[in-house]
Amino acid sequence: MIPLQHYLVVAALLFGIGLAGALTRRNAIVVLIGIELMLNAANLNFIAFWCYGPNPQKLTGVLFALFAIGIAAAEAAVGLALVIAIYRHNRTTQLDRLDKLKG
Amino acid sequence: MRLTFLLLAALTLGSALLALSRRRLVHCALWVAVSFAALACLYLQLGAQFIGFAQVLVYVGAVAILIVFAILLTRSTEEPAAPAVIPGWLSGISIAVLTAGGLVVPILSSSLLPAPPAAPPMVTAQALGQELMTRYVLVLEVAGLLLTAALIGAVILALKESEGRP
Repeated sequence: MIPLQHYLVVAALLFGIGLAGALTRRNAIVVLIGIELMLNAANLNFIAFWCYGPNPQKLTGVLFALFAIGIAAAEAAVGLALVIAIYRHNRTTQLDRLDKLKG
Repeated sequence: MRLTFLLLAALTLGSALLALSRRRLVHCALWVAVSFAALACLYLQLGAQFIGFAQVLVYVGAVAILIVFAILLTRSTEEPAAPAVIPGWLSGISIAVLTAGGLVVPILSSSLLPAPPAAPPMVTAQALGQELMTRYVLVLEVAGLLLTAALIGAVILALKESEGRP
């Protein structure tokens, strides 16, 4: 089988790509996409460590990833509803336009 | 085995990169769906069948569609000439590169990681369901409660504001 390092490197690079998108894009929806990619990178780590761990019959990594997927789904639903609510008020989803609180 | 891993890893990372660098929002949503699907294949390769199918159901099925809906509902704000990134994007990219580098270098130089097993572990949906219904039943209930709260919260947030509400 493939060494564990390979999966961890893929997850780290995926996390980096998601972080870059979340930090640099102007559109709120693309920022949410970046956050989803970071959550997926964490899930890949859970599954890889479960598969290569000493006791995979305990199923802890799989169950952790399952609950992480469920919580990420809730987060995506609420996040996108917030984006739609903000769009109703301000007619924009560009993050640098939403500067009402700026002094 | 190695070839499939390399192809899936390249597909995951390449489509994630495209999803966050395309200008058109609809293209971003479609590329991120490709990335989620390739990740599901990686889970299947690691022997986690149930998680792979849950990934397809939740991410490729629900989250990608939700993102497309949100893009279509907020569509009219797209300005074709405006830049897609914020002014300080260079520092954002350098933070991301530093983070990824700070993760990759220790991973590659570590000697503590376990040796690969002979074959990926087999886990049946029955065993998973038994664990969920016995040992993790409280967590399952809390997750169900959280999903219900998120459902109601999302509906209330996105509801059209009537005259009775400020």
